[in-house]
Amino acid sequence: MPRSSPALDMTPMVDLAFLLVTFFMLTTQFRADEPVIVDPPSSVSETIVPDIDLMQIIIDDKGKVFFNIDGKEKRASVLRKMAEKYGVNFTDNEIYRFSIMTSFGMPMKYMKQFLGKDQATQKLFYNDLEKRGEKGIPADSLNNELSDWVLNARYSNPKYRVAIKGDGAAKYPVVKQVIETLQRNKVNKFNFVTNLEVAQ
Amino acid sequence: MADVNTGDDGGGGKHKGKVRAKKSSTRIDMTPMVDLAFLLLTFFMLTTTFNKPKAMEINMPIKDKTVDPPKIPGKQTLTLLLSDKNRIYWYIGADDPNLPPAVEYTNFSANGIRKLLIEKNTEINSTFSRVEKLKEDFKKGQIDEKKYKEESIKVKAEKKALIVLIKADDSSTYKNLVDILDEMSICNIGRYAIVDITASEIEMIKNVVVQ
Repeated sequence: MPRSSPALDMTPMVDLAFLLVTFFMLTTQFRADEPVIVDPPSSVSETIVPDIDLMQIIIDDKGKVFFNIDGKEKRASVLRKMAEKYGVNFTDNEIYRFSIMTSFGMPMKYMKQFLGKDQATQKLFYNDLEKRGEKGIPADSLNNELSDWVLNARYSNPKYRVAIKGDGAAKYPVVKQVIETLQRNKVNKFNFVTNLEVAQ
Repeated sequence: MADVNTGDDGGGGKHKGKVRAKKSSTRIDMTPMVDLAFLLLTFFMLTTTFNKPKAMEINMPIKDKTVDPPKIPGKQTLTLLLSDKNRIYWYIGADDPNLPPAVEYTNFSANGIRKLLIEKNTEINSTFSRVEKLKEDFKKGQIDEKKYKEESIKVKAEKKALIVLIKADDSSTYKNLVDILDEMSICNIGRYAIVDITASEIEMIKNVVVQ
């Protein structure tokens, strides 16, 4: 009996592999590196969070508040307004860095120091702030920087929709404070970000 | 695997006369390409996330100090007090200091709060069953989506329907709040509000005997 060649036709397999590669390449969306990971509670709601014009207020499990808005130019203009209000001078490079990063959570007085660092040391900076108990945007009634962020973001883009993305373990008083801050800025309509759950 | 010259070319030696150029095979070794394709496939498969986060919409009343909050009829009002250990304390009616309401507690399970809400929502204006019927009609295709939405909103917003006041105390978590709002949509309750807890209600929670 003649021995058949061990080489086999791989064309169909390659076809399939490339088809799948193309599919995954087109459907994939890269998630940016966030300074905080939250685990939102689940709900049966099926509304999808919008991708654009989104203002996100993130509350982590320890009740620290983070803030994120989309749009490079809008971010830059919000930071300029905040700089004016808090009397901080940012260089063009620092403003650019701010415009391309994701969510952040620190008092305004540390912002310049933070933007001067590169990505690797920014993480260390957060750890440092956490040790001193100064991580997160102040949102209490004495010092409410979150309110200024929300206000200035709404000035630069009135179309922003507000979404609160909280960790399930976050305590209610913080959530209440965030909601009160929003209401003071006349945001009475907002979203809670949740994971999808199937109703029993 | 790299064996490609399997055809019957290269038999030029038998021909007389002209020496033909050796015809090379049209087959190429595809192994490296396949390797690459599968590498990319694995990478994209592992990085892809399919379920996008969902959102639930919240509408808060506009805070206006010049307008008094509307008076809520007592009988159809159910107040839920969210507290620690995932407990929900509840009472029907107004918090009248002369006639304190009976406070009970339950939990977030399907047999706990959901049963209670469905019971009350059926008892007071049969809202639950009417919305469920609309939902069924819609699923069967008897009514279209627009009509279903309009009708269910109308039924939920009826003046006689159950009103739920959600009051969370300082020891409850964000998850509790989202869960209870979720129950509102599961139990077809259209009239609910998130309200600040009062001092007398904090007392009430303390006075409830927990078994």
